[in-house]
Amino acid sequence: MTTLAVFEKARAEGRAALVGYLPAGYPTADGAIDALKAMIDAGVDVVEVGLPYSDPLMDGPVIQAAVEAALRQGINTRDVLRTVEAVASTGAPVLVMSYWNPIDRYGVDAFTRDLAAAGGAGAITPDLIPDEAGEWLPAARRHDLDTVFLVAPSSTDERVAFTADACRGFVYAASTMGVTGTREQVGDAAAGLVERTRRVTDLPVAVGLGVSNAAQAAQVAGFADGVIVGSAFVRPLLEADDAAAGARAVAAVAADLAQGVRQR
Amino acid sequence: MCVSDNPSATLPSDAPGRFGPYGGRYVPEALVAALDELDREYQAAVADPAFSTELDGLLKSYTGRPTPVTEAARFGAEAAAGARVLLKREDLNHTGSHKINNVLGQALLTKRIGKKRVIAETGAGQHGVATATAAALMGLECVIYMGEEDTRRQALNVARMELLGATVVPVSTGSRTLKDAINEALRDWVTNVDTTNYVFGTVAGPHPFPTLVRDLQRIIGVEARQQVLELTGKLPNAVAACVGGGSNAIGIFHAFIDDADVALYGFEAGGDGVETGRHAATISAGTPGVLHGARSYLLQDEYGQTIESHSISAGLDYPGVGPEHSWLRDSGRAHYRSVTDAEAMEAFRLLCRTEGIIPAIESAHALAGARHLGAELGPDAVILVNLSGRGDKDVDTAARWFGLLEGDAP
Repeated sequence: MTTLAVFEKARAEGRAALVGYLPAGYPTADGAIDALKAMIDAGVDVVEVGLPYSDPLMDGPVIQAAVEAALRQGINTRDVLRTVEAVASTGAPVLVMSYWNPIDRYGVDAFTRDLAAAGGAGAITPDLIPDEAGEWLPAARRHDLDTVFLVAPSSTDERVAFTADACRGFVYAASTMGVTGTREQVGDAAAGLVERTRRVTDLPVAVGLGVSNAAQAAQVAGFADGVIVGSAFVRPLLEADDAAAGARAVAAVAADLAQGVRQR
Repeated sequence: MCVSDNPSATLPSDAPGRFGPYGGRYVPEALVAALDELDREYQAAVADPAFSTELDGLLKSYTGRPTPVTEAARFGAEAAAGARVLLKREDLNHTGSHKINNVLGQALLTKRIGKKRVIAETGAGQHGVATATAAALMGLECVIYMGEEDTRRQALNVARMELLGATVVPVSTGSRTLKDAINEALRDWVTNVDTTNYVFGTVAGPHPFPTLVRDLQRIIGVEARQQVLELTGKLPNAVAACVGGGSNAIGIFHAFIDDADVALYGFEAGGDGVETGRHAATISAGTPGVLHGARSYLLQDEYGQTIESHSISAGLDYPGVGPEHSWLRDSGRAHYRSVTDAEAMEAFRLLCRTEGIIPAIESAHALAGARHLGAELGPDAVILVNLSGRGDKDVDTAARWFGLLEGDAP
């Protein structure tokens, strides 16, 4: 099923879609695959596979710690694509979440080709704005890949429209000004940003940054088409004694959040 | 800003913030509004005579500009094969380096925008000290991000920043140096952009920083070109500067770019030697890619992961470089070479002994480069060197290098 179709199915069920993030390669390449599959089994609709990068300037300490560990073990872009392939076999849409330089270095054509060949649905690019996506967009379209860009509370209406226009799959609305990490409260700005985004696009709008539990997921599901969760999945992996325990903990978080997105 | 309804639209080739294929804005969307605001406010300031009057006044009465050009006759004779070496004395600026030129301009911009808090990254601490100084002068809250490794190497500068009222945040992620300090400062900026201006220290980063910082540093070359003409009756044969991010180098190069007979040389930190892999010679040994918001040369592996740089000089210990330097390199207008730690420290020692000037170790890389240029160009050559900073902050490092501390082997 395409990313868009998954969102539409969730909408038809009267709920928000649940989007879960984990970086490839943590705790190991196989451990990450197991955790991602466990996440899907427990109710995550769409997964984001993080491509570990040396300079993750949009990420807070939790995700930084996991990607640094993955890089120390030598995880590379090819391993990330193998992870995508393994997880895509479940049938769930799998998007790569990557900073721009690893894709640029791999080669935009080669990356889109290999991501499509691995069964990937597309990519989320947190430090690529559509203004700089002149090479990325046509390559992604050629390989039928989703291109997910971010809108932020600080985005002007003009930029929300411009960014949404370059998106395929869904639009990623950053709930708050800041980096990834769990927060006590989801930012007040999120609902307004979703509303401004909906005014200019028919694409689903999913909200990320700071959502960590069922209550927050339910709150966001009240105004958005999707709920994106990252650090709240990574933290139990960091704290787990071994990979199997980590996957179980991830599944528990996923089950809790899956309840949340159904409680709006 | 190129905003188009067509998602496959590409930036026009004359896009602001582009230097050939380099530069641009590879940043989270959350920062775009602030970068646009900074760009707009800067354009407005440039058009406002009151802004340049205020900045010029500060540069004169507070910083001490114009800085002199000093003829380094003994250094030229004894260390540079008899070439005529002229030093642009940015070390004599208030706070001890060229960094103050940029910071005063950006602090005035911060006030124009109406923000009350500034953040900055620093490597050697020069930019952090300059930012803390400007913040104290203008009553702004100031937070400086500095790699943990650098806070150790440059402990005196940490104390200086704190004396000036700044908060210094040691950054313990990644390589714990300048690159990671920039990551952390960018994280702060994304979070606090409503109240905070990022006073970026070099000609790297997303548009408008490479242009903004260059324009604020351009005064170095504008002054020096006139001073060299007055002193020698002609333009120099070569201009030499050290290159980390590249702000002092762009600052002195820029006024000479249309002078085709003036050769421009940037000297990067060669660390233990480029062949050892332990260096910070980004242009000499790197490849084009994206780091910290701009396309430029950088030190990266085959998967686009940034490679940690190494240099005795904290201010040059950076795996990226400003995009305009990448373009000057590709276009052939400027030449980039590397200088090892050992060569830089030998030039450091020679300048101390021949001229009574203790240079910053960063600037000693330019001096080491000038020694090579002297040998190549011969005794008739005039070589202008940007002495970008003074070495007070480096006395501890130098004393260890030369074995001058108690307990060190001689």
